Amino acid sequence: MAQNKFTKENYLNWYKQMLLMRRFEEKSAQLYGQQKIKGFCHLYIGQEAVVAGTMSALRKDDRIITAYRDHAHALACGISANAVMAELFGKATGCSKGKGGSMHMFSKAHNFFGGHGIVGGQIPLGAGIAMADQYRGGDQVTVCYMGDGAVRQGALHETFNMAMLWKLPVIFVCENNGYAMGTSVERTTNVMDIHKIGEAYEMPNAAVDGMQPETVHEAIAAAAERARKGDGPTFLEIRTYRYRGHSMSDPAKYRTKEEVEAYKKKDPLEIVKQTILDKKYANEKWLDEVEAEIENEVNESVTFAENSPYPEAQALFEDVYSEPNYPFITE
Amino acid sequence: MRVIQFREALREALSEEMRKDPNIFLMGEEVAEYNGAYKVSQGMLDEFGAKRVIDTPIAELGFAGIAVGAAMNGLRPVVEFMTFNFSLVAIDQVINAAAKMYQMSGGQFNIPMVFRGPTGSAGQLAAQHSQAFENWYANCPGLKVVVPSNPYDAKGLLKSAIRDNDPVIFMESEQMYGDKGEVPEEEYMIPIGVADIKKSGTDVTIVSFGKIMKVALAAADELAKEDISCEVIDLRTVRPIDYATVIASVKKTNRLVVVEEAWPLASISTEITYMIQKNAFDYLDAPVRRITTADTPLGYAPTFVQEFLPSTEKVVKAVKEVLYR
Repeated sequence: MAQNKFTKENYLNWYKQMLLMRRFEEKSAQLYGQQKIKGFCHLYIGQEAVVAGTMSALRKDDRIITAYRDHAHALACGISANAVMAELFGKATGCSKGKGGSMHMFSKAHNFFGGHGIVGGQIPLGAGIAMADQYRGGDQVTVCYMGDGAVRQGALHETFNMAMLWKLPVIFVCENNGYAMGTSVERTTNVMDIHKIGEAYEMPNAAVDGMQPETVHEAIAAAAERARKGDGPTFLEIRTYRYRGHSMSDPAKYRTKEEVEAYKKKDPLEIVKQTILDKKYANEKWLDEVEAEIENEVNESVTFAENSPYPEAQALFEDVYSEPNYPFITE
Repeated sequence: MRVIQFREALREALSEEMRKDPNIFLMGEEVAEYNGAYKVSQGMLDEFGAKRVIDTPIAELGFAGIAVGAAMNGLRPVVEFMTFNFSLVAIDQVINAAAKMYQMSGGQFNIPMVFRGPTGSAGQLAAQHSQAFENWYANCPGLKVVVPSNPYDAKGLLKSAIRDNDPVIFMESEQMYGDKGEVPEEEYMIPIGVADIKKSGTDVTIVSFGKIMKVALAAADELAKEDISCEVIDLRTVRPIDYATVIASVKKTNRLVVVEEAWPLASISTEITYMIQKNAFDYLDAPVRRITTADTPLGYAPTFVQEFLPSTEKVVKAVKEVLYR
């Protein structure tokens, strides 16, 4: 079984990473309720193993791009909880200087090419990022995430065709959580196995269990190796589940309580925790310490965000053009 | 001075810049092996190879987005649309990605790229191939929009567009590619956002840009025969617009006619008119007039083409009206 390939460090890191995502977003939901966080806010809770399993299989200089459900991806790329929380608050100290908000986290320094708000719009962008690396002769790999809704966009099909034609070093990851907002996969298509869309372009593809980081890691590692060798893209349908609604305003009435509870029994955080205990990689005391550490990190990020200033109103006119003296029309 | 075609001026700008900067590449339908649908990129595949002159499938949304992604990751793409009519299937990537990325990322990811190709009508091509979207793109902050009217400007402006660190929409015309004009051998640049006074005059200001500049200049020549002195301004860029040059001219002539190939509602001429009433109201001796296209799609028959487009006659008539003659 795959699990033998992974080290104690893998499990401890996955646990810490996923716990940070989980606690950070639970706090975000709370703060959204208090109206400290505004706008649209899409939580990742339940899907953490997908990002955790991806990151452990990649190099630091590999590229990540995703859609608007992007808090966990940002944190996993190494952007600090402070910078992500401040961005949620719309503060000048946020990772996008308060200009992006929940849907548009970015960090060039962490090779995080952003959260993108138009469903499927990031798919050609991800291929383009990979194209630039190929053009320069680099061996970086780009992981381009999308939801199960995005695979219905024409952009995916155009991009898949060119990515295969040019053998771009990109891994397309469909995080299939079963619902495009409120519309279940079976209500959008005749092809229930999303990964099979890759077949039309002869793109290597697979369905992957996304409720455990091990399976995700293995699939990503194999795809990354293929991409680095110059063998081109892979399409992975990683099957996962979000416990919360599509966004904070979604009561998720389109699915049953039983369905949600069934998935919660497969909770990746709980399963990794159990593995750690079973294999005696750490004890309850370590788990408690990590819990406290992360609680502290999250609370600190809230204090940091609270105490940070909003951007000056005039900063609206900065970062629209890189040219410093662009003549904006003011009246 | 030597005389070359508009398409050659564009090719020189592209090739000169590509020789200097290995991060620049050209991508689009038929740009490489076919040598360009309008032969702008003729010979460039031979010089730069398939890595830098890239034929794409017919997938504007996909390749526009791939180019924006490449720009996020350090390259400087030039995307050719066979016509800007086809850019509409790519407009999500132009408006939602290229134009937004720099601000959305808090100034981390600028998009140094050019989208270029022909705009506007070009004879009897019927409704879907006869549209001018200069004002659509000009409406969107984050973009710059350049519309050259002659080979000299085309070369100098395209070089500036390629070197610009923000996304530039560069709009040409099928009907201009064969136009000939003086272009010096030595390198020069024309800054984006600076209008050109093509003809000084005292009685009336005529403002236009792109292919329709020919109509504006022909009308001025016609009117000169009747001792009407027109000042003719080529905007050259419609985002940003060089309002100061237009305002200064109107303060001198006290009359303005704007000529544009675009549907009238929310056109560039509407915008110019607003700025003139705002900044030169007391100088105006007549209402500002605009000559746009008809407020319809352009049908196929030759009678429609004539009815639809701005013409010398229409401009002459409007100028005489603002002069009350």
